Amino acid sequence: MKRHNATSRPSWLLFHALAVFAFLYLPIAVLVLYSFNGEGVGGFPPHHLTLDWYRTLFADGPIWDAVLNSLYVALAAVVIALGFGVPAALALERAQFPGKALFRRLVLLPLILPGIITGLSLLMLFNVFGIKLSLLTIVLGHGTALISVATTEVFAGLQKLDRAQEEASLDLGANYWQTFWRITVPNLKLPMIGAALLIFTLSMDEIAVSFFLIGRDNTLPLEIWGRLRRGITPEINAVSTIIFLFSLLAIVFWYRLRVRGEAPAEAEVEVVTALEGGVA
Amino acid sequence: MTVPRVAGVKQQSGAALLTIRKVAKAFGKNVVLRDISLDVAEGEFLTILGESGSGKTTLLRIIAGFETASSGEVWMAEERLDRLPPYRRRVNTVFQHYALFPHLTVEENVAYGLRVAKRPEAEIRARVGEALEKVKMSPFAKAKPAKISGGQQQRIALARALVNRPRLLLLDEPLSALDANLRRQMQMELKSLQREVGISFIFVTHDQEEAMVMSDRIALLRSGELEQVATPRDIYSRPATAYVAQFIGHTNLLKAEVRAGIACCGSLQWPVALPDGPAQFSLRPENLRLGSDKPASPTTVRVRGSVVHRAFHGATELIRVHCADGITLTVRIPAGRSGVTGDIVLEFSAEDAIPVRESPERI
Amino acid sequence: MFSRGYKAAVTLPPLLWVTAFLLTPYLLMFCYSFWSVSPAQIIVHSWNLSNYGELARVDVYWQTLLRSMWIAARVTIFSLLLGYPLAYFLSFYGGKKKDLLYQLVIIPLWVSYLVRAYAWKTILGSDGVLNTLLQYVHVTKHPLEFLLYSPFAVVLTLTHIYTPFAFLPIYAALEHIPHNLVEASHDLGASPGQTFWKIIFPLSIPGVVAGATFAFVLSLGDFLAPLLLGGPSGIMISNIVVSLFGAAYNWPLGAAISFCMLLLVVSLLFLSERLEKKWSYA
Repeated sequence: MKRHNATSRPSWLLFHALAVFAFLYLPIAVLVLYSFNGEGVGGFPPHHLTLDWYRTLFADGPIWDAVLNSLYVALAAVVIALGFGVPAALALERAQFPGKALFRRLVLLPLILPGIITGLSLLMLFNVFGIKLSLLTIVLGHGTALISVATTEVFAGLQKLDRAQEEASLDLGANYWQTFWRITVPNLKLPMIGAALLIFTLSMDEIAVSFFLIGRDNTLPLEIWGRLRRGITPEINAVSTIIFLFSLLAIVFWYRLRVRGEAPAEAEVEVVTALEGGVA
Repeated sequence: MTVPRVAGVKQQSGAALLTIRKVAKAFGKNVVLRDISLDVAEGEFLTILGESGSGKTTLLRIIAGFETASSGEVWMAEERLDRLPPYRRRVNTVFQHYALFPHLTVEENVAYGLRVAKRPEAEIRARVGEALEKVKMSPFAKAKPAKISGGQQQRIALARALVNRPRLLLLDEPLSALDANLRRQMQMELKSLQREVGISFIFVTHDQEEAMVMSDRIALLRSGELEQVATPRDIYSRPATAYVAQFIGHTNLLKAEVRAGIACCGSLQWPVALPDGPAQFSLRPENLRLGSDKPASPTTVRVRGSVVHRAFHGATELIRVHCADGITLTVRIPAGRSGVTGDIVLEFSAEDAIPVRESPERI
Repeated sequence: MFSRGYKAAVTLPPLLWVTAFLLTPYLLMFCYSFWSVSPAQIIVHSWNLSNYGELARVDVYWQTLLRSMWIAARVTIFSLLLGYPLAYFLSFYGGKKKDLLYQLVIIPLWVSYLVRAYAWKTILGSDGVLNTLLQYVHVTKHPLEFLLYSPFAVVLTLTHIYTPFAFLPIYAALEHIPHNLVEASHDLGASPGQTFWKIIFPLSIPGVVAGATFAFVLSLGDFLAPLLLGGPSGIMISNIVVSLFGAAYNWPLGAAISFCMLLLVVSLLFLSERLEKKWSYA
């Protein structure tokens, strides 16, 4: 929708927009550029462009162990978050029960709660029940915190779903279980894929909750964190660049899926605006 | 176990397929249906007619099983229906906006009920093919619902419901989304389809013309209460209440006072067989004619008035006449008659003034 | 239309999970805040208010909390100052490139928080990109030391991270303003400036409140950016909690601070909910 003609556009707005984009992309550009810098991170101008850091990275066992751990955690978090987040969205939309308002706030709270509180409260829980910290405790933390993402996405999808669809299915003799798998889930495919992508990415990047729940095995962000404390090397730029490329692929994938599905829903907007009506 | 018949409802020839007994529904404090009792005969086309908010869709949803009645019972033949979940009722619905499944093809939509019932694949294919044939939609079998027109979607919705061989088909304003021409055509098709398959239809609409054209009987619902259940002919010529008379077609409502067998409405007087007291009468515009000053039979009532408005309606015209005593009458005359201006004389037969009650008689 | 069985099946599993992994931990945190640590470093399950007493008594907790709020407030203001005009620009002048530009704002959100914070560290360091650039072009002779390990670095980094979060709800709010309202305002003789202040801005306030809440709450609880870039003067309240749960080994006191933060966050959410309701006309 074009709302104004270009001639009425104040030029300072354009400059401001360009400046903000520069601000947002400057660190990413630096990150990528210095992953090829032979003389380490920092120092202007960059010298000796090289792929050495990528070579070092591919030979770096602990990093790849951490990547595998992160993949495992992220996949498990997707399963938990969708497994409980989808029913939670259905419950919020369709059931009335005592404590529903509290339930809704609780489910959505981790979305906006600083990770330290989620992480520490779970740490105390595991401590009291004598559960050893491991990747499993991180999975539980990520899964629980990210239920909120699945719930907001699916809830938004449910509100767009015509209730008559499910009524028609029941009317035609399908029971609730059949109706759920044959009608509800296919209609929520897009929000569920969007939620899964978002949960996966957020879990891959998550550090504040993992920080407190980590056992012997590191996730990738924690591995990077550990190395940052020891000193900066362009190897970290290299691995970050690779992750960034994968994130871009995920965005492109999601974007094409959305265009094809003709669903204007913006996953991120829904998560953020859920705070307006949901948590808050 | 026998199902008790409901008193006061005129029975069709067939046995009652569906019996609704004293059904009431309230959403919180908002009462939507009050004490509804109604029979639907085997093979009958019954229309539930009412304005929006009259409770007609709620009644349909109670029969389908999407809502639970606050009290009362619904029986189908000898089976208590209202305690079964929707998927156990041999009732299918054509939804208002069809509710076709967008992610399934036309064929898959129609096959849905048979698939979830786990019928053999060969049988499914045969019955789906037959159903699509019946609604002339076979060429569109592989299309997705979004790619076909409203009228075609309508047919698919019908085929999807009928393929399951329900004992009763519910139709929730299925024609409301179609334009006028298509709508008239679909009315005819629907009616002949119903005769062909021979199952009972309950059709919900707010359109009285549609109800008149299609139904064996009409149940007129007003604010959650049944005003009258009767054939289209009866409901038009013998409206039970003032509301029915006004809702179906045009009418003149005359408020009169009955004294010693004579109804008096201003200067109008005619013989009636009613006890003394206030009474209301419905007088259809076509039952008024242009009169003369010649002597007439004692049951002919005459009134003078002046024409204030003429509206052309094709074959007929409706003219509005201001009479003495502040009474305004609407008269239907053949179109194009000359000389219908200024002061005129109108007349009607006393038996055409149908006494109507203010509210329905409680059963 | 949904049976009791259906409702129970969708309600109970998430209800139990949330009770076990969200409600119980929060309550446990509340319990912990009344306990204490014995000299032998064993947690004593005695119930008293000594942890809260210590928070009230010792200045450093208060000062750090206030500093954290001041940092969070600056992050919020800068994020809004960057995010609002950008959202306005995209929404009203985005034209055909609107979708692409929108995606460009979103993309940094998908880049790891840690990686972006780290990137700022490499930019701001004394032999980092910025200082070497400034010396390379002879603007400065010596590295500017205030750039890194300062509240400035923390505010800059958090602003970078939360600007897209502030942008999103504002953009959504602006997009929901019907086109014809702007036309009606112009039609009635209002200048573009008047139209903005009298029509557009008031209708976008719920988005501003949501964006501000996001930026404030999340930056208030941050502990990684201060650890990485803050230096001693950039310490925030969460860093104290981290050390209490780590080397200082005083979980109960840490729990008391965490619980206060939880209360603070929840009351801010309630406040922002009120404000959004007040200014929303939907």
